[in-house]
Amino acid sequence: MAALHIKKGSTKHSAYNLRPTFSDVQETHTLAVLVENEPGVLARVIGLFSGRGYNIESLTVAEVDHQGHLSRITIVTTGTPQVIEQIKAQLGRIVSVHDVHDLTVEGRSVERELGLFKVSGTGDKRIEALRLAEIFRANVVDSTLESFIFEITGAPEKIDAFADLMRPLGLFEVARTGVAALSRGAE
Amino acid sequence: MTRQMTGAKMVVQALKDQGVDTVFGYPGGAVLPIYDEVFQQNDIRHILVRHEQGAVHAAEGYARSTGKVGVALVTSGPGATNAVTGLTDALMDSIPILVISGQVPTFLIGSDAFQEADTVGITRPCTKHNWLVKDTAQLSQTIHQAFHVASAGRPGPVLIDIPKDVQFATATYMPPQSIKIGHYNPQVKGDLAAIAELAEAIEEAECPILYTGGGVINSGPGASQLLRELVEATGIPITSTLMGLGAYPASGKHWLGMLGMHGLYEANMAMHDCDLMIAVGARFDDRITGRIDAFSPNSKKAHIDIDPSSINKVIRTDIPIIGDVGHVLEDLLKVWKSRGRKTNKEALSKWRAKIDHWRTVDCLKFDQGKTIIKPQYALQRLEALTKDRDRYICTEVGQHQMWAAQFLRFEGPNRWMTSGGLGTMGYGFPASIGVQMAHPDALVINVAGEASWLMNMQELGTAMQFRLPVKQFILNNERLGMVRQWQELLHGERYSQSWSEALPDFVKLAEAFGAKGITCSDPADLDDAIMEMLDHDGPVIFDCLVEKHENCFPMIPSGAPHNKMLLGEASTKGAIETSGAVLV
Ligand SMILES: Cc1cc2nc3c(=O)[nH]c(=O)nc-3n(C[C@H](O)[C@H](O)[C@H](O)COP(=O)(O)OP(=O)(O)OC[C@H]3O[C@@H](n4cnc5c(N)ncnc54)[C@H](O)[C@@H]3O)c2cc1C
Ligand SMILES: Cc1ncc(C[n+]2csc(CCOP(=O)(O)OP(=O)(O)O)c2C)c(N)n1
Repeated sequence: MAALHIKKGSTKHSAYNLRPTFSDVQETHTLAVLVENEPGVLARVIGLFSGRGYNIESLTVAEVDHQGHLSRITIVTTGTPQVIEQIKAQLGRIVSVHDVHDLTVEGRSVERELGLFKVSGTGDKRIEALRLAEIFRANVVDSTLESFIFEITGAPEKIDAFADLMRPLGLFEVARTGVAALSRGAE
Repeated sequence: MTRQMTGAKMVVQALKDQGVDTVFGYPGGAVLPIYDEVFQQNDIRHILVRHEQGAVHAAEGYARSTGKVGVALVTSGPGATNAVTGLTDALMDSIPILVISGQVPTFLIGSDAFQEADTVGITRPCTKHNWLVKDTAQLSQTIHQAFHVASAGRPGPVLIDIPKDVQFATATYMPPQSIKIGHYNPQVKGDLAAIAELAEAIEEAECPILYTGGGVINSGPGASQLLRELVEATGIPITSTLMGLGAYPASGKHWLGMLGMHGLYEANMAMHDCDLMIAVGARFDDRITGRIDAFSPNSKKAHIDIDPSSINKVIRTDIPIIGDVGHVLEDLLKVWKSRGRKTNKEALSKWRAKIDHWRTVDCLKFDQGKTIIKPQYALQRLEALTKDRDRYICTEVGQHQMWAAQFLRFEGPNRWMTSGGLGTMGYGFPASIGVQMAHPDALVINVAGEASWLMNMQELGTAMQFRLPVKQFILNNERLGMVRQWQELLHGERYSQSWSEALPDFVKLAEAFGAKGITCSDPADLDDAIMEMLDHDGPVIFDCLVEKHENCFPMIPSGAPHNKMLLGEASTKGAIETSGAVLV
C-alpha cells in the first residue's frame, strides 16, 4: 500500500477500500472464553485469530469443569474498539463456544500469571538475585551451586519487572504460563 | 425407538429421519460401507457426480432452491479436498449443507495412511462447524446435531468425517427426537426497544430505503412475505444485494433493482442520498459500500441481522437489531401499526419523485446493432421468453452473472442461485443439477460464461445419466470477460491471459455426451434458438456467440463514491487511478 502512496485511513484512491472510519485507538482487553472441551476447540479459537489477522498477546487454557467438559480460555488481545467488538462477536459464533466475557469492560478483575526463571551466577550476583527474589516474593523451587529457579506469580507487569531486574544477574531461561483472570466480586 | 446398527447404516437412517431425499456424491475406499447401505435402500436417491466439487455445488443449489439442508457424500483424502471450494462457497453465502466424508480407520489416523488427509483440520476454517466421529455410539447424535447447526441461526456448511472402522462398528441408533441439541441456539427475536426505535425512525424519515440481502432468503418464504407487506404498507423504496434478489418482486412498484458495484444507478443514488437506511439480512459487503468514508454519508442506519458479527463489522450502525428477519419484521409491523401506521407521506412522495428522475437515466441501456448479439440483449430475450414459466436461474461468475442480475427479473425467493461471496467460477452448472433434482418439472437455466462453464463441464455426464434437462445458456465472448474488463480499465488495456483459447465446439461437445447443442450468432435467429432450447426435453448447451468486448455497466469505479458511477464506455476514460488496482 505504502508504495502506492495510499495514506492510512484514506480511501481516496479506491472504491473498494475496506478500512472503516472507526476509532484508531489501540486497547488491550482480557477475554474469558468458555468452550466445550472437545478435540480441535483450541485450533478453532487460534485459527480465528490468525485467519482474521487479530493479535494474541497471551493465551491460557485448561478444563475448569470436568463434569460439564468446559474449558476456560483466557486471551489477552489488542485492537481498536471496533476490532475488539468483532473479536468477541466472532468468538461468540464458534459453535463450541458457550460464553465470551470481556473482563476489561465488565468491571474490575484479577489477573495473574506464573513465571519460572532460571538464573545462573555466583558471588555477588547470586546474592543480589536472591535478595530481589525475596522482595518480589518469588520462591526458589530448584537450586544448584551455580543456579536458581525462581517461581513468581502476579500480574504480568510484575513478572515483566522481575525479568528486567534478573537479566543482568544471569537470567538465561524463562517459562511463563500466560494470564489467568477472573472478575472481582460475588458474581 | 432405538435400534442396534452399524455406523454406515446409521448414516443412511439418520439422513432419512432428517427428511433427506437426495444425496450428491462420489464413492471411494473410505466410504464403501456407506455406499453399501445406499445400495440397499430406495428412499434416498444418490446422484453420482463427476467431481466432488460438483457434488457440493449441487447440494448448494438444492439447498438454496428448497430452503432445506443439501447433502454431499465424499471419500477421504482427495474426495474431501475436492469438497473444499464448495464448502468455502457455502460458508461465504450462508448456505446450509452437510458434507459427509470418509476417513481412514481410527487406528491409522496420523500414520500418513493411503488417502489420509486431515479433513477436519483442512475444513475447520471453511465450515460453520465440523466433527471427526471416533465412536459409533456418537454418530447418530452427531448427524442430527449437524443438521441443527447447518440450519439454525446464520446457516452454513458443516462436515462430518467418519473413519471407516466407525462405519463398520455397531452401536445404538438414536432418532432425532431423542437427542439433546446442545447449547447452540442463536437468538431469533429482536429487542423490542430497538424495534420501536426503528418504527419511530420510519415514521420520521424523509428519504428512507430498504437495503435487503441474502438473510431474507435464509429466513424463509415467510420473511419475503413480511418484507412485501412492510414495503406496501410504508411505501419505502427497496433495493437488494445480489444474494437477496427475489425477496421483493421485480415487478413491485417500489423496486429499485440491485445495488452495488454493478447495481442500478437509481438504487445506488438512493443509497447515497437516503436519510434512513434499513439493512435487512445484508452484510455491507465491499461490492456494496464502495468507498467507506463516502458511503451514504447522511443516513441513520438500522441493521437487522441474526449474526452479531455482521453488525458494525464495516459500517457503524445506529439501530442494531439482532434477530431473524422473519421474527423481527413481524414485530416491526406490529409495533409500527399499533403506533398508528404513520409515515412522512409528503416527504416520501418527493423522495419517490427524485428516484423516478434517476430512473430516467436508464442506466442499463445498450445498443443492439443488427449483426452481433449483445449479451444484454440475449438475456433480455431469455427473460421475455421464460418469465411466465416455473423458472430457476443459476449463474457462473463474471460479466454474464452481473448482466443476469440486471436483466432477469425475479418475482419470488429461492429462484436465483449464484456464487456471490466467493465468486466461484464453475459453481453454476453443478448448482443447476442440484436445483433440477429438487424441482424435476421446473425450467432450470444456468447463465454461464464459456470460461466458467468449462471449469465443471464434466457434470454434463451427470445431467445425462439422471436425465436432468438443465439448460446451459452460455454467453460466449471468447474472453475471461470480467478480467478483461478490469484489465481494460485498470491495467492499460494489457490483456494478460484473459482469452479463452482453443475452445471446444460446444455443439459437438454436447453431442459427444448425447446432449443437444445449439449455437446462435445472429440477433435475428435468437428467439427461435431460445425456443428450440426450451422445447427440448433434455440437457442443452446453448452456445450464444456474443460481442467480445462489451463492458458491464453501471460500474462504481475506484476512487469514487456511490454517486459517481460509470454508466457507459464514454465515461470510463481515465476514471480509475492505477493505485485503485491494489484491491480486488
Ligand atoms: C463478480 C461479482 C460481482 C459482484 N457485484 C455485486 C454487486 O454489484 N452488487 C451486489 O449486491 N453484490 C455483488 N456481488 C456479490 C457480493 O460479493 C456479495 O456476495 C453480496 O453483496 C453479499 O450479499 P448480502 O449482503 O445479501 O449478504 P449474504 O452473503 O447473503 O449474507 C447474509 C447476511 O444475512 C444474515 N442472515 C442470514 N440469515 C439470517 C436470518 N435468518 N435473519 C437475519 N439475518 C440473517 C447473515 O448473518 C449475513 O450477514 C458480486 C459478486 C461477484 C462474484
Ligand atoms: C475459480 C475462479 N478462478 C478465477 C476467478 C477470477 N475470475 C472472475 S470472473 C473471471 C472470468 C470469467 O469468464 P467467463 O466465465 O467467460 O465469464 P464472462 O466474464 O466472460 O461473462 C475470472 C477468471 C474466479 N472468480 N473463480
